[in-house]
Parts: sequence; structure tokens; C-alpha cells
Amino acid sequence: MKILIKKGRVIDPRNGIDEVLDVYVNGGFIEKIDKHIREKDHDVEIIDADGLIVAPGLIDVHVHLREPGYEYKESIKTGTMAAVKGGFTTVVCMANTNPVNDNKSVTEYIMKQSKAEGACRVFPCGAITKGLKGIELAEIGEMFEAGIIAISDDGKSVRNSELLRKALEYTKLFGIPVISHCEDEDLSKGFVHEGKASIISGIDAVPSIAEEIIVKRDMALAEYVGSPIHLTHLSAKGSVDSVREVKKRFKKVTCDTCPHYFTLTDEETLSFDTNTKVNPPLRSKEDVEAIKEGLRNGSIDIIATDHAPHDFTSKDVEFNIATSGISGLETAFSLSLALVHEGVLDLSGLLRKFTEAPAKAFKLPYGELKPGSAADIIIFDPAARWTVDRNAFISKGKNTPFHGRKLRGKNLLTIVGGKIVYREKTP
Amino acid sequence: MNWTKKDLLGIRELSKEEILLILDTAESFKDISKREVKKVPTLRGKTVITLFYEPSTRTRVSFEIAAKRLSADTINVSANTSSYVKGETLKDTAKNLESMQPDVIVIRHEMPGAPHMLSKIVNSSVINGGDGAHEHPTQALLDMFTMREKKGRIDGLKIAIIGDIAHSRVARSNIFALKNFDTEIICCGPPTMIPPYLEDLGVRVEYNINKAVKNADVIMMLRIQKERGGVSYIPSINEYSTIYGLKQDHVKKAKNDVIIMHPGPMNRGVEITGEVADGPYSVILDQVENGVAVRMAVLFLLTGSEA
Repeated sequence: MKILIKKGRVIDPRNGIDEVLDVYVNGGFIEKIDKHIREKDHDVEIIDADGLIVAPGLIDVHVHLREPGYEYKESIKTGTMAAVKGGFTTVVCMANTNPVNDNKSVTEYIMKQSKAEGACRVFPCGAITKGLKGIELAEIGEMFEAGIIAISDDGKSVRNSELLRKALEYTKLFGIPVISHCEDEDLSKGFVHEGKASIISGIDAVPSIAEEIIVKRDMALAEYVGSPIHLTHLSAKGSVDSVREVKKRFKKVTCDTCPHYFTLTDEETLSFDTNTKVNPPLRSKEDVEAIKEGLRNGSIDIIATDHAPHDFTSKDVEFNIATSGISGLETAFSLSLALVHEGVLDLSGLLRKFTEAPAKAFKLPYGELKPGSAADIIIFDPAARWTVDRNAFISKGKNTPFHGRKLRGKNLLTIVGGKIVYREKTP
Repeated sequence: MNWTKKDLLGIRELSKEEILLILDTAESFKDISKREVKKVPTLRGKTVITLFYEPSTRTRVSFEIAAKRLSADTINVSANTSSYVKGETLKDTAKNLESMQPDVIVIRHEMPGAPHMLSKIVNSSVINGGDGAHEHPTQALLDMFTMREKKGRIDGLKIAIIGDIAHSRVARSNIFALKNFDTEIICCGPPTMIPPYLEDLGVRVEYNINKAVKNADVIMMLRIQKERGGVSYIPSINEYSTIYGLKQDHVKKAKNDVIIMHPGPMNRGVEITGEVADGPYSVILDQVENGVAVRMAVLFLLTGSEA
């Protein structure tokens, strides 16, 4: 398939591009990027991108595709279809499937299923410990051979520091990062952020320090061992401050946050809407501002979705027993464009969080636009206004606190490996 | 003013005027309980369901008596005798009850927000009879009613709330209610039972009970919420009793006409000595009595009945 994208404003942070250019795609790769590319063949699809942004396909380093085991919540097929709608061309899926992705059989299944049914590129994240139980290391080497690109017990912190140290040491063999879910279990016996809102609602609360303390511990261990560590879904000011400090001397630390942590505050939980229940919980206004500042000053490298789709009944219960998580793939990029509209980041800076930075942290050969690179491309309109409608989600997970929210900026077209896999239907 | 809300989910949603409307309405109902025939036809033909997922004696009975004195039909559903034990969700229970066309559902639940969820499912009026550590609005209303009755006013009162503040829906609802008035609220208890950011609600935090009760007009004692893990917040009940149990010496430090309140059930000898609980300053049984009048008022206002 040949595609010629005409007159789009091409932005690629990795290669320092930000100008109106044409992009020519041929055979799954970008063949040429230039000011005026003439169509040579008859079988070229020409896309007029005048007034739109052409960017590398987005990379999401934290999604839950739920397959195998929880296909009623999401499948690789529906999850990746939601991904490409949201502008993502590569996703890293977490290991808390059923069975857990703690051995090569599960990894191979995910790889195979992704190739067969995935709408975008899928890279599995293996478990750190068998069964995510935090007792003994999973078969990391075998999973690496099968295709994992990182390890994480996401959903749980590795409570045993010695075991985490071993994981950090062992992964040196493969050169993959450990993704850390930063949460002190003993301090986390709650469902919302500990602050004024939790005082009002009376819901058992989790203090910021529950995250901050593990951020410090895990960075200290990684620095001691000298291994790369990626801290995921950071939500608290103290975490951002710690990362900024450690990054000054230890360069193997990267981290991400999610759109809900810079968009919503814990006040949302006063509605008892279970769609606002996430882990870590929505934090205070001060934390939200710190996350934005962390994104601005570079302390936070990456924006991920922590796409956590759930079936309706898991959320249609009392707040305390509802499952945690937001179905985020279809709203994340549009929500993040608010950072540009607010002046926190420029477009290139925002795109870096979704492309160059995750590609670098996870050693993925994607996230850039240059001749010879994979044709993973999105075209979006940063000014398009639309209203979130969870019923229009492709994801099986309709759990979003953003239903009805008016957003500015939308992905219109997604190309993965030179093929158009998503195209916004115009009314 | 007229009552316009469908539900009573919490005190925080009420204005000062709405609180006063309930209290004034309760005044007119208090006499009914003292008559030989304790019944008026006001809610005849109305159905009130009390749906209790947590154990309760006084709140459930109080609502039931209040409804019956207004001639409503009452049905009690307890969690241990309901389909809840068979795994039925709150939503399904609510839908089933709703299909039987009740006018009011009073719900008590161990989880905060359960009444709010119920109110979105059913057309009936929903009254929060206590949801976890969140709110207990009718308790706060009856407490205010009792304060106003005994002290002649609410404005200007200095109120010490003492005990397991962190887990107390009574404390929360009283704080929300009393902050509508010109009151001084001191919250006192072990630091582990005083949640961070409590002062953001406009109260003063005091760990020393002697300082908390000094010149208080009202001392409101709270129970340790054992069912919410309260005991794990202190070294022992014995130590708690020694440091925070209300004793006669504490009462002497308060105003001469102090009133001692307790939402019940009391742990005699733990948070309050029997001497104080039964002493001349105690209004604990008045609270229970006033609870009926206040709940009659709430039922009356929510059902839009005409006196």
C-alpha cells in the first residue's frame, strides 16, 4: 500500500521536524519526507492533511489488554482497535492477565494473538514474580526470548526489597527495564486520596506518602544496582520531586503519568462515581499542578494511559467494592492536548512524551518519522471539538469519568506499518 | 421556605434554612409522642422501607416509630435476612424494592456513598441512615435539635467532639451541620483517630481532652468504631479509657450548664463513665427521644405531605 500525505504540519520531536511537508509511505515504511512530493503511481492513496498535524504514531507503555483470561473486559482485538482510534500505534500490555504473563507460554500467546488480531503493535510486559505474588522471580529470560520488553508486577509493588534487587540485577542480562508500581501496601488500605475530600466522604484513604516512599526505595535500589527503572503512573507531588532529584545523578530513571492525574482532582470522588476510582487515586490540586510542572520541566518523561477496561457490573456497585481503573486509550491524547492549550507544553513537547521518550526508555524502534522508519503515523486535528461519549468507545471498557466532557483535539487517522487502521468517520 | 429535595443523603447538601426547617418541623411533631394516642394520619397510605445493611437498634426503631406515628406502613429489611447474603447487589435489591412502589427508603450501609447510589436507581425518596464513616444526617439533626432545646440556641455554642473522629459519621455530619452556624468546634481524640486535613473543615484539633472540654457548652462523646478497625488505632481500650474517657473531672472544666451527648450505643466505662452518662448534665436519652420527632419531620418533608 502506498500513501501520500499532503501538506500536513509534520511534527517529529526525535528528528527535530516541525514544518509543512509531504510524507510518502511505501511498503510499510516511510520512503520520503519532503516539501513537495509528486505522486508517481496510480495506486497511491492521497490524503489531504492541510491544516492538520502529521506525527509519529503514539506509544503507550502501560495498557491492560485483559487477554488472556478477562476477555469479557477487553481483548487484544478490541483493546488495540481502541488504541489506534486514540492515536496509539504501539502498546505495552501489563502482565496481570489470567493466567499471569509470568512464563513464555503466555507471552507467546499474547504475541501470536496480537499478530493475528491486533490493530497495532503489541509488546508484552512480563511479570517480575511468579503469579505476581512477590515471592520468587518469574522466568524472565524465557519471556524475554518470547518477546517481553520489560517486567512489572503492575497492580502491586514488589514488597520484598531483596527480591526487587534481584529482579533489577537479573534484567541486566537482557537490558530491559523494571517497571515499578509504586505503592506501599501497608499504607494503602483505602480507595481515595487522603485529603480534604476523603475527610468529607469518609471513604478509607491512601496518603501520597504510600506512593512516594516506594518511589524513593525503588530508585535507590535501581541506582545501587545500576539498572534501569521505570516508575509508572506517578500521581503525587513528592514522587515528582524525588524523581527530579535522583535524575540529576542517576540517568537510568524514567517515569510516566496518566492524563487523569493532570486532569482530575480528588474532589471528583465526592460524587461517589466509581469511574473516578483509580489506583493510585486521584490526588489533590497541589499534586495535579506538580504533575503538570513535572511534565513541563522534564521530570516526567512519558504520558501513558494505564488503560484499565472493566465490565459494567464491576463499576456498578458501591465505591469501596468497585474495581479501579479508567478505560483511557480513546481519550488520553485529546485530554493531553489540553496541556498544549494551557501552555504547559508545546505540541512537539507533548508529542515527545508519547513518542520519542517511550521509544527511548523501552528501546523500541518506533516513534519517529524519517525515511526508512516504520510507517506508524497519525494525523490529528488539535482544534477539533468533540464530546466524550463512552457508548461510542471501541474498547469494551466504558468506564470513564470523562463521559460528556468537551475536549479539544482529536486523532483522525492512524497508520500502522503503512496500513490505514483507523479513519475518523466524518458525519 | 418549602422543602424541595427528593432525598436526604447528607447534611453537607443542606442549607442553614433547610436545617432550620427540619428542626422547626420537628418541634411541631414532638408533642405527638407525648399524647395518649401517639398517631396522626399524615402519612396514611405511604410506605417506608428501612433497608439496613449494618446492625442498628435505635436508628432503625426510631425511623420505624416515626413512620408509624405518622400512619405510614413500614417494612424492615435487614442484610442478614435479605438476598444480600445470597449475593444480590445493592442495585438489584434496590430495583426489586422500587418495583413494590415504596415512598421512602431509609438505608444504612457500611460503605460511604451507598445511599447516593441508591438515590440514582430509585424514584422513592432516600434517607441516609448512616453510610460508613461518611454521614448520618438525622443523627446530626437530632443532636442540633437537642442542643437548641437545651441551650435555647445553636449560635455561639462551643462544642467539643471527643473520640474516634476518623471513623465517625456522626462527627462528620455534626461538623457539616454546625458549620452553618456561628459555633466553635473542637475535635479531640488520639492523634491516630484524628485524620489529617480535618482542620480544613473549619474545626480546631486538640489532643488533650482537658483543653478540649474547657468552657465547652456541649461535650459530644463518640464510640470507638470497632467494626471499622478503631481498636487498632490505639494501644488498648484500657489506655484509651484512661486518657480519653469522659469523667466527672472533665465535666467540671466545662461550662456550668454543659450538656453531655452521645449518639449511642455507649461503651460504659470506656468513652464515658457511668456516672457521667447517667449524671445531671447528660442529655443522651433526650437525644433518643428527639430522634423520633426529627425523623417524623424528615419523613413528612420528603413525602411532601400536608399537615
